[in-house]
Amino acid sequence: MVLLTKRYRFSASHRLHNEGLSAEENSRVFGKCNSPYGHGHNYIVEVTVRGPVDAATGMVMDLGLLDQAVEQEVLSRFDHTYLNLDVPNFEGKVPTTENLCVEIYNLLRPKVDGGQGSARLEKVRLEETSSNSFEYSGADNAAAATREK
Amino acid sequence: MIYLTRRAEFSASHYYHNPDFSAEQNRRIFGKCNNPHGHGHNYTVEVTVAGEVDETTGMVLDLKDLKAVLEAEVLELMDHKFLNKEVPVFATKIPTTENIAVEIWGLLAAKLPSGRLHRIRLYETDDLFVDYYGE
Repeated sequence: MVLLTKRYRFSASHRLHNEGLSAEENSRVFGKCNSPYGHGHNYIVEVTVRGPVDAATGMVMDLGLLDQAVEQEVLSRFDHTYLNLDVPNFEGKVPTTENLCVEIYNLLRPKVDGGQGSARLEKVRLEETSSNSFEYSGADNAAAATREK
Repeated sequence: MIYLTRRAEFSASHYYHNPDFSAEQNRRIFGKCNNPHGHGHNYTVEVTVAGEVDETTGMVLDLKDLKAVLEAEVLELMDHKFLNKEVPVFATKIPTTENIAVEIWGLLAAKLPSGRLHRIRLYETDDLFVDYYGE
């Protein structure tokens, strides 16, 4: 079993705002991230897949297929958008980097796990800035939890 | 338990080719990595060792020893080499980053002076790396 990670980049803007909270509460909870017109980040997304090394190819997964899945499900959807208004994924959901990380995981999981070959999605790590990053391994990945110990 | 990681770099060339595939299959599966004369990378290998902190030294293992083992077992073998032609194991095994990481694990696991090998992380580029935990 080998884990393979590839990094991709996209840029997007967002505003952290919850319609269910008062203006004062939004400002208190989200601080400057609540600025009314939003603000942007250069996101870096690290996609990790796991699987046995195929004896014939020496590879865990065809990287061309991974690129294709990430392009189709993540980059073409989120790159150069205002996450709150331009993509349906965040209707009624605050586009924090936590939520975006989970969203990306859920978008990629069927593509990787359902693709040809035996690779499975292990983890998505999303960097909002070089100081802030978030990781999600799915709700059912006990192996990842053990490995990180 | 403490995890200690040491990083080292080496430069090597490789190409991807399976003699059991036709020329057309090799080209389709491996793309430009199939170019017969190879191409190179600056690899970065991160060796993570797990262990208890020795009470008398405050260390998991002596970093000098780890560096020496890494140099003797890995860098000596792979640095500035054409992996397919010059590293015997890759005469029959395709030197993908996956296979190189597994090979490095095999070279180091039994040679550590103390501690237990936890992970080999091998970067082929800044944007592509593999992790191997020994199983």
